[in-house]
Amino acid sequence: MTPMIDPKTLLPAQVQDNSASGLDAAKHKDKKDLVFVNLGPSHPATHGCLRALCALDGETIVAAVTEMGYLHRGFEKDAEVHTFQQVIPYTDRLNYVSAIMNNVGYCKAVEKMLGITIPDRAMVLRVITCELNRIIDHLVCAGANLVDLGALTNFWYAFNAREKVYDILEKLCGARLTSSYTRIGGLSRDTYPAFADEVKAVLKDIRKSVAEITKLVSKNRIFVDRTQGVCVISKEKAVSYGWTGPTLRACGVEYDLRKAEPYYHYEDFKFEVPVGTHGDTYDRIFVRLYEIEESAGIIEQALRKLPKGPVMTDDKRVALPPKQQTYGNIEGLMNHFKIIMHGICPDPGEVYDYTEAANGELGFYIVADGGKNPYRVKCRPPCFMNYAAFHEMIEGGMIADAIANLGSINIIAGELDR
Amino acid sequence: MDSQTFTLINITVMTVVAWIVPLQFVPVFIWLERKGSAIIQDRIGPDRTGILGFRLFGMVQNFADVVKLLMKENIVPANVNRFYFMLAPFWAMTVSLLPLLVVPFAAPLDFAGRTVRFQAADLGVGLLYILSITSMGVFGIILAGWSSNNKFSLLGGLRSSAQMISYELSMGLAMVGILMVYQDVRMSSIVEAQGRLLTAWGHTLPLPHWGIFLQPLSFLLFLVASFAETNRNPFDLAEGESELVAGFHVEYSSVKFSLFFMAEYSNMVVAAFVIATLFLGGYQVPFASTETLRQNPQLTLSLLCLLVALLKGTAGLIFYKIGNRQRHLYAGVKRAEPFLFSGLCFAVALAALALLAMGLTMGLPAWMNGVLTVFLQVLCLSLKVLFFCWLFVWVRWTLPRFRYDQLMKMGWKLMLPLALLNLLVTGVIILTQK
Repeated sequence: MTPMIDPKTLLPAQVQDNSASGLDAAKHKDKKDLVFVNLGPSHPATHGCLRALCALDGETIVAAVTEMGYLHRGFEKDAEVHTFQQVIPYTDRLNYVSAIMNNVGYCKAVEKMLGITIPDRAMVLRVITCELNRIIDHLVCAGANLVDLGALTNFWYAFNAREKVYDILEKLCGARLTSSYTRIGGLSRDTYPAFADEVKAVLKDIRKSVAEITKLVSKNRIFVDRTQGVCVISKEKAVSYGWTGPTLRACGVEYDLRKAEPYYHYEDFKFEVPVGTHGDTYDRIFVRLYEIEESAGIIEQALRKLPKGPVMTDDKRVALPPKQQTYGNIEGLMNHFKIIMHGICPDPGEVYDYTEAANGELGFYIVADGGKNPYRVKCRPPCFMNYAAFHEMIEGGMIADAIANLGSINIIAGELDR
Repeated sequence: MDSQTFTLINITVMTVVAWIVPLQFVPVFIWLERKGSAIIQDRIGPDRTGILGFRLFGMVQNFADVVKLLMKENIVPANVNRFYFMLAPFWAMTVSLLPLLVVPFAAPLDFAGRTVRFQAADLGVGLLYILSITSMGVFGIILAGWSSNNKFSLLGGLRSSAQMISYELSMGLAMVGILMVYQDVRMSSIVEAQGRLLTAWGHTLPLPHWGIFLQPLSFLLFLVASFAETNRNPFDLAEGESELVAGFHVEYSSVKFSLFFMAEYSNMVVAAFVIATLFLGGYQVPFASTETLRQNPQLTLSLLCLLVALLKGTAGLIFYKIGNRQRHLYAGVKRAEPFLFSGLCFAVALAALALLAMGLTMGLPAWMNGVLTVFLQVLCLSLKVLFFCWLFVWVRWTLPRFRYDQLMKMGWKLMLPLALLNLLVTGVIILTQK
């Protein structure tokens, strides 16, 4: 089959000169019979909208160019024309698989800017919800990745447990997917009475489903052959690409912001950081599966030490006064009016703050000019860096490897394109 | 009616039956797949579609799907090779129906001085016929992949053709093992030979003389190869949903797609029939040869009635449990339906038991012996086939998919040497037995 598009006109110089990607340029220089295939933007394995233009020699990917931007919704631009609080629902749509972690990441950055310390109860609840979100994010990633490998049943084992987590989140904040649970200075609402018991029950389900998935795949020869030694990335390469999170840890780098720069008293929790050895697809899947267990341990510890008290700071710059004060005295009424009408106005300045999200370091760089809207919000999505390395990882492999790899680096297009 | 006309009628009827049987198994298989995968995956599966409230435990969904597929626009994309594009699904479907022509459904029955055969064509090259026809099935896929003018289709077609060629070899060699032990390629002789008990070096073992016991390695190879031949997970590379979107049938819609879909399932039904026939004694009831059954009508009747009663009784119990579980969810027909079916099943089971009691006390007319044997043998074959259908479902929802090069490696470097080794060992054993 002759290529339908002329590669010379379409591909950037990088593909024509393969030396950049470590390929034997001389070997492929004279290749005239390459087939060019678009994996995406509309493809069942992209879980969103991504595009990888691959030059195929048979089934082997000789060169690949990746492209993003198909799911660009203009989060950062939107943030500039909304108040600091109004940005929170937009963060839900970044990594929609673990929405609360984005809420927390953004609110933590704004709180740092304002110099606010949130109450202990809010901190511990943020830890619990974040870890629940980390668990469901990993379950989705592992389940979907196994679907890409053709093992369809694991997906349901993962998603049944995930549904139960969503039941809890729904009771907690009224929404399943787009939670908007946090507020600047704390949380939108406190827990409900049966919260601790339900979380404990759901952890049991999660552990069962993870055990089932592990049992189904870990010793399965087909799975092992498909994932071990596939799309390997070295420690150094991963660091140079700016990888963070489970994908980096799968390469053997023990770097977890919860340990390296603890926030929300993470230093008081006992947990391990699972680290891989080879940096292949297998390691990336299993680092995630092991992290689920660690997160479950953190949640159990957090439930034990969950203190009583308010979930919202009493800082008058960000917290609405209680209703009695709003209706009962003029100071309360004015405070309410100021926050609602004028919004939260941090002093001019800039801040970068980061949390360990499910995919890695989720950072928010915020510039304030003294007004109620942020002057600039820049989001550092973890999978952006992962995706940057994607083309290099898949070159030399086969289509099936590329698909398996795409699932294992967990690209969430909403977060990638913002 | 002279004997020639009779034979002609017999063959015509059996040809139609051999085409209808896989077509009848297809909806059952699809239902089995949907409900089976639902059970494996902790889901409920299809249970909404119904006619007047009767949902037949999700079976009605098949009708809805057929209607949906027939109603869809029949799209032929621009720039496709129209002739081959249209031909491919029909080719796939037609070829998938052909192999059953040589599979015997029951032992020949002598009836009123004539022999009724339950096999459309007792070809002298039976085994080779199956091999040649099943290898023609790949043309449908290659044609579809090539003519669609789509790169994903083309890759699917390529994968499929390479896969078929590689696995046909081990499949054929596995068949040679069977050929060596039964010393015949005629399907009816192979099945007949499986009615005895197993003998080895002069000792009779308490095992049927089945292919699976004589050629266990050959059975495994054949099973794996037939998964590959039917493009079934873990060998569903031609479709490779997550990789090649839908592989060879990515451009197909409406009736043409449904033909591919049905061909896939009828291929599996055929594979199940062939495996059951070659390795599990076909229609043979274990430990009871056709002669034994014919000479002991009481035994035949008891086996048949007890089997029916057992199956129907189990089904009735399951339906009853389903009904009880759903009792609070539904009202009217939806609530009553499982109980209705449960009752029907129990009634059939009781009727079977009553028939058994009547038969044992009052004796049977002589012509019944043969007919009962036929019923029992057809039932036995169906059960074996259903088991393999379930195996196809079970494996699909358990295992991940192979990668193209791993598939090739397994076909050429593992299965082919094993098949050859199997032939060698078989040959040595046959020689020492002489």
